[in-house]
Parts: sequence; structure tokens; C-alpha cells
Amino acid sequence: MKISVRDLQVSFGDLRVLDGVSFDVAPGEFVSILGPSGSGKSTLFQVLAGLLEPDAGRVEAASSAYMPQKDLLFPWRTVLDNTTLGLEVAGMPRRAARAKAGALFEPFGLSGFEHSRPDELSGGMRQRAALLRTVVQDRDVLLLDEPFGALDSLTRTAMQEWLDEMRARFGWTVLLITHDVREAVYLSDRVLVLSPRPARVVHERTIDLPHPREVTAAAAVEVELRGALR
Amino acid sequence: MTATLERPPAAARPVPRRPARWAPPVVVIALLLVGWQLGVTLSGVAPQVLPSPLRVVEQGWANRAALWTNTLPTLQVTAVGFALSLAVGWVLATAVDFSPWLRRALLPLMIASQTLPIIAIAPLMILWFGFGLLPKVLVIALVTFFPIVVGLVEGFARTDREASNLLRSMGASRWTEFRYVRLPGALPSFFTALRIGITYAVTGAIFAEYVGAQAGLGIFMNQQKNSFRTDLVLAAVGVSAVITLALFALTFLVQRLVAPWIRR
Ligand SMILES: Nc1ncnc2c1ncn2[C@@H]1O[C@H](COP(=O)(O)OP(=O)(O)OP(=O)(O)O)[C@@H](O)[C@H]1O
Ligand SMILES: [Mg+2]
Repeated sequence: MKISVRDLQVSFGDLRVLDGVSFDVAPGEFVSILGPSGSGKSTLFQVLAGLLEPDAGRVEAASSAYMPQKDLLFPWRTVLDNTTLGLEVAGMPRRAARAKAGALFEPFGLSGFEHSRPDELSGGMRQRAALLRTVVQDRDVLLLDEPFGALDSLTRTAMQEWLDEMRARFGWTVLLITHDVREAVYLSDRVLVLSPRPARVVHERTIDLPHPREVTAAAAVEVELRGALR
Repeated sequence: MTATLERPPAAARPVPRRPARWAPPVVVIALLLVGWQLGVTLSGVAPQVLPSPLRVVEQGWANRAALWTNTLPTLQVTAVGFALSLAVGWVLATAVDFSPWLRRALLPLMIASQTLPIIAIAPLMILWFGFGLLPKVLVIALVTFFPIVVGLVEGFARTDREASNLLRSMGASRWTEFRYVRLPGALPSFFTALRIGITYAVTGAIFAEYVGAQAGLGIFMNQQKNSFRTDLVLAAVGVSAVITLALFALTFLVQRLVAPWIRR
């Protein structure tokens, strides 16, 4: 297992946020987490990324690269230097880091924008740059916190198709947080539904439809998940 | 905005008209000077009380050698004092950012330092440190370091929590996080603080010199005032205003060099 979580408990003072969350993620698996706003999804990721100590429970997580809810591209760095940030922090020399991240600009649809400033990118490109910064760190698991939440629906659909392709091409292990039931059904091998705060896993659904998925085939799963998501 | 009768073709980008930006202050200053000149001429007030602007310029030019020899020491003191202030400001702000204990210990002290009446402190400084560079440099540092520290401390603190989390998830130490995120993120607020600080620097220098110096615009003003040369006092005031404006403009130049990504 890449990730194994048992009976995870997290509180902020009197606020119980995670209340006995348990699940596993297998190598190469794409798992989505659906849950109401404020249920504790980002908190769960902070525990998995090692940023937050849980109050109780057992967490075994392989090394992960974390993509926060905001794209957090820094205006003082070029797009290329934003994507090398994780490598530089890990001590890789700048030239090598640039070469490594630069090689991904083409598949990520960012060619020609290496030396642009982040504010010259469109919303979809910003998310792809943030994802590139996450992926290039070569960690075992990608933790993606609502990567497309801020995008308009056309761009979001395009990004979902793109992520589906990329994931098939590179074989990433992904844990994705989303509010978007359709996105979860379109992309995931398995979907976990969290209850409102304090959160626990209330529903789990394996989806073994072929990729890329047809809207009609996915519709029944979507109805089931909407039912589970209160 | 200037209205044009002929619209440029759609493809051509309208060229921003530079004079338009400078026009308002120039017009206002010109009007004030004309009003002042007329007021002095019509009322016949004695030049020892209020000289006309033309007389100030005339006499300033006639005494340009004396003005110049007194401007140089003021510039020097300002530069050294402000450099000290910057160094102290960065060290204090960085220390405070790394240690909550230091923050609690130092901030009240720094705020208290700003309640010291400079008018009482400056003569004491001269009493303690003599007529050399040191007391003046200390006065300038005292009046300018505070906005710089506050600007930096708040700039560091404004760092997005999620940005800190991102860096920590990459395995960054506190120092690495500071270098990659907190420091560059604080630059916009630093440059604002720099502009506030620098406008106090020249005044601070003149004040320190006024109390006691061998040369400088401050002591020059004091001497001219004592011999009722109000025109030369005002000429020196004009010079100090020009220096402050130039230093202010310089901060924008430095900002463009150091942090060209800051949008205005
Ligand atoms: N550091 C913190 N201190 C105190 N409370 C916090 C902290 N972080 C999160 N919370 C609270 O914990 C709850 C869960 O927050 P979290 O960000 O995990 O929700 P979420 O499921 O990601 O929500 P969204 O879908 O809106 O992003 C919220 O009520 C939030 O206010
Ligand atoms: Mg969240």
C-alpha cells in the first residue's frame, strides 16, 4: 500500500474535524475524496503530507508531493523557476532542476512559457504549472487538493481529460480531493465519500469503467455518489 | 485623460502621454509660486520676514558655493544614517520573524523608542558623542528604522499559510522557507516602508545638524536665520526638498532593479 490510514482523529481545540477516518491507496491507484465543504479534506492531506500531527490513529504514507488548494505560483519567480521549487529545496543544483522540469513543459502544454511570469498564464495553465511543480518532485504519491476548483467549467473539463491522459501515461498514484462528483467519476478507480464534519468515510465505490469514460456509462455511478453525499 | 478628436486606428495602442502625469503637480506648484510672488510684491512685506520666491532663487544661486559645501555633509550623514537604519531594520525584523520570544521582547521597546522626543534627544546625543558624524547618524537611524522594521515584520507575517505548508511539504527548513517565500513576499511592503523612511531621513539629518554641526544644511539654516537671511534659509529648504524627492524617486529605481515583479 502507498497509503494506509486507520482510525485517524484530528481536532482543532474543541472542533472535531476527522473522526475515525480509515482507507488505503494501492500503488498506481487513482482515489478521489468527495466531501462537503469544511468536512476536513484539506486537513486530511496535511496529515498525509506530514504537516500536521494527528491526535490519534495510524498513518502510513509513502513520500508524497502536495498540491495545495491555491496554485501558489510565486510572482518573483518565472514559471520555470516556480516548477523547480521543490527540486531546489531538496538540494538539486539549479541547472539540473531546470533541465528536469523543463522536459515536462511540452506534455504539460506549457512550452514557450518557461520564462514568463505566472500572471501571464491563463487559469488552466497556472494549474498545470502547479501540477508540474508537484509531479516533478518524483514522490510516490500525488496529493491534489481541488486542483480544478477555481476553473471555469470549459477549462475544467479540458483539464480533467488532460489529467486522465497524463495519469495513464505516467502511471501516477493519485489522491484527489474534489467537490465535483462528475470529476471524481470521470477520473477515479475508487471514490471515498466523507460525511460532514466530524468526517469519517461513509461510502466507498470502486469504478472499473474503461478510460476515457463516457458520460452515459458514468451517470449511474454519479447518481449513487450524489445519494451518499449529504 | 486627454480628449482627442481623431481616434487612433483600432490596431494602434494609445501612447500614454507622459506630460499629463507631470502636469497637475507642476500647475499647482506654479500657481502657488505666482500667488506667493504677487502676495509679497503687492503687500510690500520685508524680505527678512517673507522673501519672494524669485529672491530666494536669486540669492540661492548667488550663494550656490556655500549651499553646495553645506549640502555635501548633509548628503553624507543621510546616506550613512539611513544605511545604518536599513541594516538595523533588517536584522531586527529578521530576528523577530524567527523568534516569537524576541518579537514580544523587542516590539514594545521599538515602539517606545518612537515616543522619544527627538528635540530633547538630539542635543543629548551631541553632548554624549560630540560634533562628529556619530550623533547625527544615530538621530537619523532613530527616526527612520521604525517604519522599516514594521514594514518588514508585517511583510514577513503576511506570508500565506498555505505557502508555508507547501514549502514544508517539500522538506524546507524554516530558514529555507524564509529565503524562498517570506523574504521575497515581504519586498512590496518593504519598499513602501523604505519610501516612508527615506522621507524622514533628510529632515532627520537637518534636524541633527541644526542642533550642532560644523557644516551641513541644518547648521547653514540656523546661521542664516540668526543673520535674518530668510531667503537663504528658504533656499536651503528648497535644496533639502529636492534631495528628498530625488531619494524618493531612487527607491522606485531600486525596486525595479531588485524586484521588477512588483506591480504598482
Ligand atoms: N489550522 C486550523 N486551526 C483551526 N481550525 C482549522 C484549521 N484548519 C482547518 N480548520 C477547520 O477545520 C475544518 C475543516 O477544514 P478543511 O480545510 O480541512 O476543510 P475542507 O474539507 O478542505 O473544506 P473545503 O472543501 O472548503 O476546502 C474547518 O471547519 C476549518 O475551519
Ligand atoms: Mg479544502
